[in-house]
Amino acid sequence: MTRAARVLGALLALTLPFWLQNPYYLHVVIMAGIFGVLSLSLNLLLGYTGQLSLGHAAFFGIGAYTSALLTLSLAWPVWPAMLAAVALTALSGWIIGRLALKLRGAYFVLVTISFAGVVSLVSVNWMELTNGPLGLPGVPAPALGPWSLRTKTAYYYLVLAAVALSYLVCARLVNSRIGRAFLALRENEPLAESVGVDVTHYLVLAAVVSAGLAGLGGSLYAHYTRFVSPEVFLFTYTVTMVIMVVAGGKGTLAGPLVGALLFTALPEALRLATSWQWQMLAYGVLLLLLVYFLPRGIVPALRGLRGRRAS
Amino acid sequence: MNGLVLGGTYALLGIGLTLIFGLMNVVNFAHGEFYTLGAYAAFATLAGLGGGFVAAVLGAIVCGALLGGLTERVLLRPLRGESIDTTMLVMIGVWIAMQNAELLVWGGVAKSIPHPFPTEPLVLGPVAIAPLRLFVMALAAGLIAASYLLIHRTKLGRAMRATFQDAETAALMGVKIARIHTVTFAFGSGLAAAAGALLGPVFLAYPSMGDLAALKAFSVVILGGLGNLPGATLGGLLLGIAEELGAGYVSSGYRDAVGFVIIIVVLLFRPSGLFARQERIG
Amino acid sequence: MTLAVRDLAVQFGGVAALGGVSFEVRPGTITSVIGPNGSGKTTAFNAITGYLRPTRGAITYDGASLAGLRPSAIARRGVVRTFQKTSVFPTLSVADNVMIGLHLSGTAGVVAVLLGRRRLGEEERRLAAEADALVELVGLGHRRGEVASGLPYGEQRLVELAVALAARPRLLLLDEPGAGMTGAEKATVSALIRTIRGRGITVLLVEHDMRMVMGISDTVVVLHHGRVIAEGPPAAIQAHPEVIRAYLGATGERA
Repeated sequence: MTRAARVLGALLALTLPFWLQNPYYLHVVIMAGIFGVLSLSLNLLLGYTGQLSLGHAAFFGIGAYTSALLTLSLAWPVWPAMLAAVALTALSGWIIGRLALKLRGAYFVLVTISFAGVVSLVSVNWMELTNGPLGLPGVPAPALGPWSLRTKTAYYYLVLAAVALSYLVCARLVNSRIGRAFLALRENEPLAESVGVDVTHYLVLAAVVSAGLAGLGGSLYAHYTRFVSPEVFLFTYTVTMVIMVVAGGKGTLAGPLVGALLFTALPEALRLATSWQWQMLAYGVLLLLLVYFLPRGIVPALRGLRGRRAS
Repeated sequence: MNGLVLGGTYALLGIGLTLIFGLMNVVNFAHGEFYTLGAYAAFATLAGLGGGFVAAVLGAIVCGALLGGLTERVLLRPLRGESIDTTMLVMIGVWIAMQNAELLVWGGVAKSIPHPFPTEPLVLGPVAIAPLRLFVMALAAGLIAASYLLIHRTKLGRAMRATFQDAETAALMGVKIARIHTVTFAFGSGLAAAAGALLGPVFLAYPSMGDLAALKAFSVVILGGLGNLPGATLGGLLLGIAEELGAGYVSSGYRDAVGFVIIIVVLLFRPSGLFARQERIG
Repeated sequence: MTLAVRDLAVQFGGVAALGGVSFEVRPGTITSVIGPNGSGKTTAFNAITGYLRPTRGAITYDGASLAGLRPSAIARRGVVRTFQKTSVFPTLSVADNVMIGLHLSGTAGVVAVLLGRRRLGEEERRLAAEADALVELVGLGHRRGEVASGLPYGEQRLVELAVALAARPRLLLLDEPGAGMTGAEKATVSALIRTIRGRGITVLLVEHDMRMVMGISDTVVVLHHGRVIAEGPPAAIQAHPEVIRAYLGATGERA
């Protein structure tokens, strides 16, 4: 991206609520932002270390429930609850990372799925803590001193800040020695070990950061929709994240954000046109088409186009 | 007893999946959808065409095998040699597409599949069992036995085993790998459909029934070991019984957690197939 | 800084791949391990560098045991290996491949990276310059920006060598560096190995090409059926009757 485009993009993002007067559109953008955080998080594992986690909905859900329970049951203020949500999900990421240390490929996938399955069942069955399938209504919105961030415009800026923070975290990690160690794990694990990269250490690190960011996404979601139920653990959320990352371009920084924007807006547009089942059917078919026709994703494909034109 | 009924069908699911996973190295997330397909095929045969239960199961197997073969031929064959992640994404796509297609065709309401058996339980000494369940158990056992015969007694089965052992050598010996892959996928899908047709009348048929079935199939495969038929059979029975016990002693809400916990525990403590991919000796 | 292998044994199932092997690699030398296919050369490499756990025996480097250490920990002690089959980071550029090799030369930790400390920029520039120098050393300066898997086979092997050198080995284990190369490429590799030794790096080599082995080695260790049957300078090995019988006979069969 050229510098001018970047400045333009930032300006657009900062002034967006003034252009988008329709609260429904703003809602879509906020959801895209939350999914942007989640996709960045998944991309860290899938795109850079090459490990597909299909348990990301669990981290999202744990983040949402932690935030909701701390504010509702213990009457914590929102900000510390958000921090605690990130910390707790990072911790669960550490546990999963340690447990799945030696598992790769399909086995890593199965452990992450099973983890999500167990957590989801707990959320349904542990009535005393989670209120079961009924969920937890009335999660408070955050406030900044005397100003509540209940309005969509205010929440938009909060989400924007979270996206920027997540992007920064990912960008700094990826463009460093640590990011190279992630890539080494994806590309050739035995070779990485042979030159002194302790791959398991970096896999755990990636899992911790990735889970923490997903927890941030969950917390943002809880305080935005102000209602948390076991639905946050739905596998659909994980699949959505995977599609966003793969479509946008895994292993690129901009890819997940592009994917998140596209795949939040697209279903909303489809929803006006057709029923939910058709929408999901289209989702499945779209995922297939992506694998066959844009295996590397939108962002790398665009880059390739530009490169060809330049040469 | 219920554990054995469940276990028999889990074994069918597991055998199908372990063949596909072990032989083709494809993580088949759509496996549960073939199970669902089987249940609906049985529903169509029993309620729509008025056929018998055996005809319903056969119809389900044919449907599953045809669609499975088609899926392999059209979607997976062009991707042979691609990474396991790529095919996994494709199968996730198939899964979502199939499930929602089923939702569109059959609607979201659970369907009770009519069956021709009396509901009065049969009392055999100390155990009482519904005739339907007994029949399901017998058919499952028959299908498992048939799979064994196919794998161990036929030329096709020998080619499949050879491909599992070492695809390259098998190809050199004249085995047509592409065809074996299609047949394996069709066979595995047929078995999954059979499991759906068998369990469908015991429970209810609904479009998302395959999700849990797929996860159970995965836990069976992991429990039994990749590509291991006796392992999958035993694993299926074990899971069925463990679930009954888990539901009885812990809480019925956690019944489905048994499979997840098995996956996690077995994978963590299974020493083989882990990090050190040993190189050729020499 | 001597690598000492004592009574090293490795079994796969019931089969003994190595049946009690002992040898030493003295600092500053080029030592070659030769032997027919299946004689246990790569197995010995894998055991020394932590890729498989020996059934029995001791491996010490510089007086300290390497037993039970992960490959990355062994690399940290200055023992670095290459692989028999070409092994690069396939989708990354040549320069990035070498940058990963420089992992141990970097110091950036998570906190520093997340806070974006200024000194990290300097470190990155230093590492990039080092990577460039190594790419030049193996003669791939013109390929710097190209994706590793797109290079011809011989050049990929050179990338591997640069990656290994980037880890700053004191002892470098090369697993058939000349395999599948043309005569000219082999000459380049031989010259490179001498240059490497000239920089004070000890080299342990597994190689099939006898001209290469005899031309550059100080000491040759001959393995046969998982045992050492001879050890000594190239001239003595070439005249060793058992070696001629066991090894050269087997080579004839192989062809």
